[in-house]
Amino acid sequence: MGRSYRIPLPALAAASLALVTLALVLVFYVAPNDASQGFSQRIFYFHVSIALTAYACFGAGAWKALRHLWKRDPRADLESYVAVHQGVIFGSLVLLTGSIWAKISWGHWWLWSEDELVLFLVLFLFYAAYFMLRFSVDPGPQRANFSAVYALFGVVLIPVSFLAIRIAKSFVHPQVFTLHGPNFGGWMLVTYCVAQIAMLVFAHTLYRVELVGKRIDARLRELRLG
Amino acid sequence: MNYVADVRALARKDLLLELRARDTLPAMLLFVVATFVVFHFSLPAHSSQLAASGLLWVAIVFTALLGLGRAFVPEREQHVLDGLVLAPCDRSAIWLAKGIATFAFLGAAEVVALPVFALFFHGIGIATVAAVVLADVGICAVGTFLGAMAVATRARDLLLPLLFLPLAIPIVVGGVGASVVSSPGRYIWFLALYDVVFGVLCWATFEYVVTE
Repeated sequence: MGRSYRIPLPALAAASLALVTLALVLVFYVAPNDASQGFSQRIFYFHVSIALTAYACFGAGAWKALRHLWKRDPRADLESYVAVHQGVIFGSLVLLTGSIWAKISWGHWWLWSEDELVLFLVLFLFYAAYFMLRFSVDPGPQRANFSAVYALFGVVLIPVSFLAIRIAKSFVHPQVFTLHGPNFGGWMLVTYCVAQIAMLVFAHTLYRVELVGKRIDARLRELRLG
Repeated sequence: MNYVADVRALARKDLLLELRARDTLPAMLLFVVATFVVFHFSLPAHSSQLAASGLLWVAIVFTALLGLGRAFVPEREQHVLDGLVLAPCDRSAIWLAKGIATFAFLGAAEVVALPVFALFFHGIGIATVAAVVLADVGICAVGTFLGAMAVATRARDLLLPLLFLPLAIPIVVGGVGASVVSSPGRYIWFLALYDVVFGVLCWATFEYVVTE
């Protein structure tokens, strides 16, 4: 089923386990405490890397959607759906980690002044509607087309919403993660990079696992009918 | 040009239907005025004018939703869409014509709604009017597109607000910004950007919505 040049799934799973463990060790034992925010700042290593992973999933979903519409790649529809699904899972984790951080830092579970939280709330609503749309149409070419077009709308909505939230807000976001800032270097940078790679590999593993499961489901249904 | 003639014929059909049946526009008008009355009672005394400006945009978005929900109903009930898809015209002409017709209904509703708002709450500046026009373009472009999708699903009317509202958030941000700040330039530009970006996207992908 998989193409020959692909990394086998067990190897991928082992790699993501090792990377996530390494990231946890680095985040909790190696990275120094942030000078102004202390221990709680460490959640940012996960928060930011999960957020970028969610964007990557939505981007991959839109890329597969484009392939479906453009090249009529028969596998692209399912791949696009699975990528968006993973994106929503990681997006929910962004909301969760962001809320925890907001509670610790400011004593509130929700802050409208926090750009990324608000953006992910909008995206969460948008992609929740994606599932409503997809499961409200019978399986077939029309469902594939609708899902693909809506997934493309999603990647356009991300920058437009980001811009909207930026121009709408009244407070300034505390810029902890300006990559060139003096408060971000050495072990902090290494920890962040490892956490980022770990999350991306982990997401890719989950994506492959779900895809294999969905394909086996589809094949089984075909065999039963045939 | 052939494309323009197609769009004109299709838009004319929708406007003519509305002129004869009159089922969308009176409903939108009544809805928007009723919404203003509800807003009057939902705003406590001495609340700021800014709150009312924000509510104007809520009214516009929901009135538009009412019209958009009706947009593809004749197509669905009388199977017009099958005929249109078979016709030798570019599919995006269907979207453009429907968008223009919806824009006309929404615009007509607002010609009444904005003076009523000024009468009930407070005066409206030129920036708000400009923002309303630009927002209408975006609402009709995206809303018509999603309306065509929603009408083909099992959930139908239930689905359109769910699909539309997350995409309408940037419009509301731009519109409210243009209504409440003293230098509304960048909000107006933002609305124009939204119209261009989503207009092009809808125009380019509508073909996939109406064909199997």
